[in-house]
Amino acid sequence: MTTVELGKQTPPPAPRPKGEPVLSVRNLAKHFPIRSKGLIRRKVGDVHAVCDVSFDIYDRETVCIVGESGCGKTTTGRLVLNLIPASSGSVVWRGQDLTTISSRGMRPLRRDMQIVFQDPFASLDPRMNVNELVAEPLRIHGQYRGENKGREQVRDLLAQVGLNPEHGSRYAHEFSGGQRQRIGIARALALKPRLLVLDEPVSALDVSIQAGVINLLEDLQEEYGLAFMFISHDLSVIRHIADRVVVMYLGKVVETAEADELFRRPSHPYTQALMSAIPLPDPVKERERKRILLTGDVPSPVSPPSGCRFRTRCPKFANELDNAQREWCVNVEPALEAKFTAHEAACHFASARTDILEVGADMRAVPAELAQWPTGRPSDEQASQPMSCAPEDGAREPIRISDDVTVDAEGELVVEES
Amino acid sequence: MLETHETLKEGTQPGGPGVDKPTLTEREFTVKERKQWQMALRRFLRHRAAVVSLVVFVLLVLFAFVLPYFWHYKYTEFVSLCTQSNGLAGPCSPSLKHPFGTDSTHDMLAVTMRGTGQSLKVAFLIAAVGTGAGALWGVVSGFFGGFVDSTLMRLADLVLTIPSLALAAALAHKGGGSLVLIGLILAGVAAPYVARVVRGVVLSLREREFIEAARALGASNTRIMFRHLLPNTIPVLLVNATLLIAQGILAETALSYVGFGIQSPDTSLGVLISTNQGAVENQPWLFYFPGVFIILIALSVNFIGDGLRDALDPRQTRERK
Repeated sequence: MTTVELGKQTPPPAPRPKGEPVLSVRNLAKHFPIRSKGLIRRKVGDVHAVCDVSFDIYDRETVCIVGESGCGKTTTGRLVLNLIPASSGSVVWRGQDLTTISSRGMRPLRRDMQIVFQDPFASLDPRMNVNELVAEPLRIHGQYRGENKGREQVRDLLAQVGLNPEHGSRYAHEFSGGQRQRIGIARALALKPRLLVLDEPVSALDVSIQAGVINLLEDLQEEYGLAFMFISHDLSVIRHIADRVVVMYLGKVVETAEADELFRRPSHPYTQALMSAIPLPDPVKERERKRILLTGDVPSPVSPPSGCRFRTRCPKFANELDNAQREWCVNVEPALEAKFTAHEAACHFASARTDILEVGADMRAVPAELAQWPTGRPSDEQASQPMSCAPEDGAREPIRISDDVTVDAEGELVVEES
Repeated sequence: MLETHETLKEGTQPGGPGVDKPTLTEREFTVKERKQWQMALRRFLRHRAAVVSLVVFVLLVLFAFVLPYFWHYKYTEFVSLCTQSNGLAGPCSPSLKHPFGTDSTHDMLAVTMRGTGQSLKVAFLIAAVGTGAGALWGVVSGFFGGFVDSTLMRLADLVLTIPSLALAAALAHKGGGSLVLIGLILAGVAAPYVARVVRGVVLSLREREFIEAARALGASNTRIMFRHLLPNTIPVLLVNATLLIAQGILAETALSYVGFGIQSPDTSLGVLISTNQGAVENQPWLFYFPGVFIILIALSVNFIGDGLRDALDPRQTRERK
């Protein structure tokens, strides 16, 4: 088994002819207030659903957002389309900030940005037949020119997504899941958008149909020159379709890279854990490899852990770091930056691993000594910076970890009994 | 259900990327596009009771509005009395000359025709205006929520606390028993009931994903309310409308009973029943003929509503025997 060539010598991924991004998301955050029960309904806290998320989408590019349930993927998609107002940050669509735009001003822009929903059963009006459903965006934007021509447009769209145009007068409930998702896609395509947000478009479908829909999406992307924002938790789908991947955990971006790069050298421990959950097609390799299993549950987004949000479940934090290093994880929020890997990861102690999908490769691609990891313990000043998503909490007391503390199986810090 | 046709028109072939051209065998199963109203009609016709009721209802309408032109007595016309078994002059019992008999002054058939017509008019006015206003009220309230919702619903509560019959009596009396006014007042009193039910449905509907989908397409609030929310409340509206028709006839009867409804010489089924209830013993035809017509109207309207609900529900696939 050959080792994948790694380290500083690896050439950066081939530069894509990009130009300006069509969509650029900066420091996007969404807090949902939690209100107390009773008459007054005082605000008692916030759910930090999305926190400080930034990414760009270029023309004709597929950007995948991946993460487990509840990590804010779907909320990010809704925020991008301005379906829910952002708490802070900006979404810039071709030079126009959508977060400050009025809902009336937003309407013409919706022509360019469309969404395909996760649940094809819920996202189609049960009282409209397919013709009406697909014609609706055209009617809204005044592009349904006359009954004959409009009908023709709808028929073309239906044929385009592989549906029988003769079925136009049927209702959504008369179709199978895959066909309904195609109706959703036809509706989203009707206005010839430039960006399509795909919110887990295939998770509700069974695997045999998934492939059909994914291939359809790829064909359409080529034909229309669409940019995709593809939200999914299925890494095998992402590996197939993505140009670039944004990995999210508990509302924050933990790693972002070109798809090839990410799958070759995942460097955030969370990404590594996700990758190790992809089944390998080779049973021998599958048996040989060591799975990275995450313990515990996702912490509550109401009060996320201090410092690195992933530390409570991080295998690296539990098993590989010493207490001085752990102090960094507990106190300092890791920035999303390219350390010694060629792409950005939000981990103080990021290091690429290549042995996850390439069983037998070197355990660690680059020796830890080469990494630009922080040394010593964080200073009081570094450790007391306010967290980016709860700045109102202000400066915090630094948490110091003495030598008699270890991490138990649940990822909790415990004092060792002597 | 599937209709097949042999030839496939040019240019309407299912196709697109990745789809093979239909082969000859597939043609056999090519489905003809069906019109929406055809499917609704088909579903309605499957509902036997509704079809029978529709026939009955059409006959009722003809009876009330067309037959008076051909019947040789007018409801305002005085008729001569008959000699009864005790030798005194009194109301005639049903005969060929007076199929429904007479009361002490008029031909009962002519009066019943007029009464049925007036009752139908009032009932439909109440149902149409009451359901329409209530639907609008409920949709706006449920869709906007917040301050708008609170204001509109408190207003509904206010109307509901007023004893409706007393209000209607007071207002109708001023209007001198005009049919339209009575209908409008009773409709106004009925609207908050409909509004509350519709609001409840809208509150659950507006959280559904297809509403968000409409918004993502750029639909305006008006469009979401009238193209997505209202059509999805149709079953509820139909049930309420049919109930309101039955209730409307009864409410008008009650109003007439206390003397504030339609005033003599005009009449309605309610007026007939209330004035003739003392005659059940001796001249039963005076009471039972109008009574049967009230029941016929209420029943047939309810069945038609039931059939319409099935017909207009695209998810309805149940086959009726």
